[in-house]
Amino acid sequence: MSEANASATRITPGNALRPEDIALEVRTGLAKPSEDIAEYALRLGDDALILAQRLGHWISRAPELEEDIALGNIALDQLGHARSFLTYAGGAMSNEDGTAKTEDDLAYFRREHEFRSVQLFEQPNGDFAVTIARQFIVSYYQFELYRRLTESTDPTLAAIAAKAVKEVDYHRDHSAQWVLRLAGGTEESRTRMIHALRLMWPYVEELFRDDDLVMRLAEAGAAVVPSSLRGDFDRLTGEVLREAELEVPDVPPAPGGGRQGRHSEHLGYILAEMQVLAREHPGATW
Amino acid sequence: MSPHGNPEEPASSAAEIKREAPKVSTGSTNDSVIEPVEIKSSTTEVSTSSTTGRSGWGLWEVFVRSSRGLSHVHAGSLHAPDAAMALRNARDLYTRRNEGVSIWVVPAEAIAASDPDAKGSFFESPQGKDYRHATYYTKSEGVKHL
Repeated sequence: MSEANASATRITPGNALRPEDIALEVRTGLAKPSEDIAEYALRLGDDALILAQRLGHWISRAPELEEDIALGNIALDQLGHARSFLTYAGGAMSNEDGTAKTEDDLAYFRREHEFRSVQLFEQPNGDFAVTIARQFIVSYYQFELYRRLTESTDPTLAAIAAKAVKEVDYHRDHSAQWVLRLAGGTEESRTRMIHALRLMWPYVEELFRDDDLVMRLAEAGAAVVPSSLRGDFDRLTGEVLREAELEVPDVPPAPGGGRQGRHSEHLGYILAEMQVLAREHPGATW
Repeated sequence: MSPHGNPEEPASSAAEIKREAPKVSTGSTNDSVIEPVEIKSSTTEVSTSSTTGRSGWGLWEVFVRSSRGLSHVHAGSLHAPDAAMALRNARDLYTRRNEGVSIWVVPAEAIAASDPDAKGSFFESPQGKDYRHATYYTKSEGVKHL
């Protein structure tokens, strides 16, 4: 939207941005992220990638055909964001032959400790209520994050965020609607929703942790300070929970550490499934 | 240790949809009079219990307007527990490829359909009544702008 974002590259937030556009800009040197920016993009990309993989598991397994498609759509939105972020991050990293790393290099050929996603995203799907609880937290967090990231001084990050924020807005609505319905449905659904929120809430704290990297980038106006999102997150999720007559779970935070490559035991299994084909058949296309 | 929902469910859910679908397309009077009463009771309240769960989701007809100035056109139907979710499901099912700028959802039982068996009395009457078409009439001489 702002003029500052329109100048440096062809990418502007107004356009419907595709990962292929970013790849082209990275290849031609039009978009060249610094190492810090690349690390930041890697974090956001890994969050979205791992969630997409998790959500994809629901396809053919959701409670209703309609919900299969809804969760599938959300998974694909997340995958799209992941592709953009990872493609951009790859612009600052090179393979042994000197070429920039592609989204596939980063998704399929990194090991567990090289992933930068926070631990909430890799938590198991559980039952439908657990998936909704995870999605509820994620969507409200990502919405606040992307909304502010559209103002980033880095035009590519701003453009990715501008596309993503509209999609995440819908994810927010979808998950909130389900929180309300599960909480207000039957005794069974309400019990499950309460249990699911308790299960996921320990991973909330890690979303809002600051570190040197984001503070450096935020000073330059490129990144969003995670802790600055907490107020709006608490207020908006709180409104939904109040309407659902649920309480914010009073649970101690999990240790976290995903941004430093420390993950729960679940990520290894996700990667094994996600990466096996690409590693068995490097370069395979279909 | 259950990474996802009950794998049994989708199969029965698909069967449910197949079972219900003919009732819509035939629009047969007897079925559509009895069936909607059940659906109606479930659409007014959110029902997610395992006993009434899938069968409790009512049927909704979806109308999508593809762009400003055009009418809403029937796009298909779907199941949803209430109107708010029906709209969202419609968005996911019928506007994935940029098809729409506006969606209406209508409870299927709110639609009164003509009886397919009454085709003769309902729709064949206009046949042979050419005088209902403008082309039936010859233009009078000297009339401009016709």
